[in-house]
Amino acid sequence: MSESARLFLGIFAILGLATLIGQLLRWRVARGQAHGVIDNLNQRIAAWWAMVALVALAFAGGKGGVIVLFALLSLLALREFVTLSYTRRSDHVALAMAFYVFLPLQYGLIWIEWYGLYSIFIPVYAFLFLPIVAALRADTNRFLERIAEVQWALMLAVFCLSHVPALMTLEVPGYAGRNLLLIAFLVIVVQSSDVLQYVWGKLFGKHKVAPLLSPSKTWEGFVGGVASATALGAALYWITPFTVGEAAVIALAINLMGFFGGLVMSGIKRDLGVKDWGHLIAGHGGVLDRLDSVLFAAPVYFHIVRYWYVP
Amino acid sequence: MLERLLRSGLATAAGLLTGVRALWAEPPPTAPCVFYGNHVSHGDFVLLWAVLPPALRKRTRPVAGADYWDRDPLRRYIGRRVVRAVLIERERTRRREDPIAQMDAVLAAGGNLILFPEGTRNLGDADLLPFRSGLYHLAAGRSGLPLVPAWIDNLHRVLPKGEFLPIPLLCTVRFGAPVVLMPGEGKGAFLDRARAALLALKPVEAHRE
Repeated sequence: MSESARLFLGIFAILGLATLIGQLLRWRVARGQAHGVIDNLNQRIAAWWAMVALVALAFAGGKGGVIVLFALLSLLALREFVTLSYTRRSDHVALAMAFYVFLPLQYGLIWIEWYGLYSIFIPVYAFLFLPIVAALRADTNRFLERIAEVQWALMLAVFCLSHVPALMTLEVPGYAGRNLLLIAFLVIVVQSSDVLQYVWGKLFGKHKVAPLLSPSKTWEGFVGGVASATALGAALYWITPFTVGEAAVIALAINLMGFFGGLVMSGIKRDLGVKDWGHLIAGHGGVLDRLDSVLFAAPVYFHIVRYWYVP
Repeated sequence: MLERLLRSGLATAAGLLTGVRALWAEPPPTAPCVFYGNHVSHGDFVLLWAVLPPALRKRTRPVAGADYWDRDPLRRYIGRRVVRAVLIERERTRRREDPIAQMDAVLAAGGNLILFPEGTRNLGDADLLPFRSGLYHLAAGRSGLPLVPAWIDNLHRVLPKGEFLPIPLLCTVRFGAPVVLMPGEGKGAFLDRARAALLALKPVEAHRE
């Protein structure tokens, strides 16, 4: 059986266990009645089944499947971010270009593996070009705020996220044909860090990290979640080109980036006056709510692997 | 057959582009009713119609201006056959049929209507234009007729005036509690109340000012 298949079987087993626990809680603790936390937990678990199935489907499609999946996620994430941004009628052309030109081109560049361009395309060319398009419409009302928000939207939803499928393009010696597992490592470690922070926080959480930013992030959840997800990363070293020790250090780095990414995204949400980015994923919120940690971890992980493992 | 396919294709496309969500204050009436909303874009009725439960959608028809939809064969086909609009003449002097009677006939046959009481698209900065009187005359002719306000949010950003390429942004349609004409209530008072009920559904500007 292929490593990917074994990995997905393992994940499905864990989800099966989670489903069992969720139903037991509903039966024994909530006694079939409505219960905010337990109902939300079960909703989240159900959504996890769908999300894992979707990723499995993309993996079956190889490089193309992964690129299409993340391009679609970028589209959904960009839509969520721009929906909540302040834009005016005069931004329409710039926004249309963000959706219909910059997003597809970024993923197209990853498809043709043009590293030199996809790693600067949005930070340089979108950054310079979109404000020009906006300026030509001669509407200076809150101009800086508007162009900055479009740039942030593209950086997060497209540029950062596209570093996940970009892992397919790295040529690690002795690792040919296994690059999907690099993606699996990133996604499993960072997402389980989110889940474990939630579990540790719910069980032992007392001291809030940043009560103004996020009521649910506690020091107990942070330490317990990051530590256990780092241990999980070390245990997954066999799917990576890393040694056990390296896998632990890299897992720690992406878990920290993921945690702080979640904090930054919470800050933006508070500023915009919303609790969730969207409503697409029942129990979780929007696509950005689920991916906030991945967005911050992906570019750092990509460059760690590229710098130290690609000759 | 083709019309039915196009009709559901239109609703699906609108749903995919805008991820539109319906928020109901209470379940929609089972008796014939009128959904009335704010009008900022040609896509309004598609969106409102796309979020209705399928059974309800099947017997709900939008009310639209004949002057616009009868202008050329393509529009006539879309307006009359695909979306099955009740086309009314907005210009008083050119009327051959009574618009209220046209609309009432649909309700009498057990159908629902989608109506934009502002009478035209609102392309300015005001939240809502003054209502025209059709809503009152409909309610006066049919006692107990539920008028369900529906605020369509964000569609003006998907396709602003003068643009031709829609961009994907999330939209919501928020339905309020039905407004019913009270005995002895005058036209002005009723229209004000209906308009206030719709305006009350407008989300508070989430963005810092």
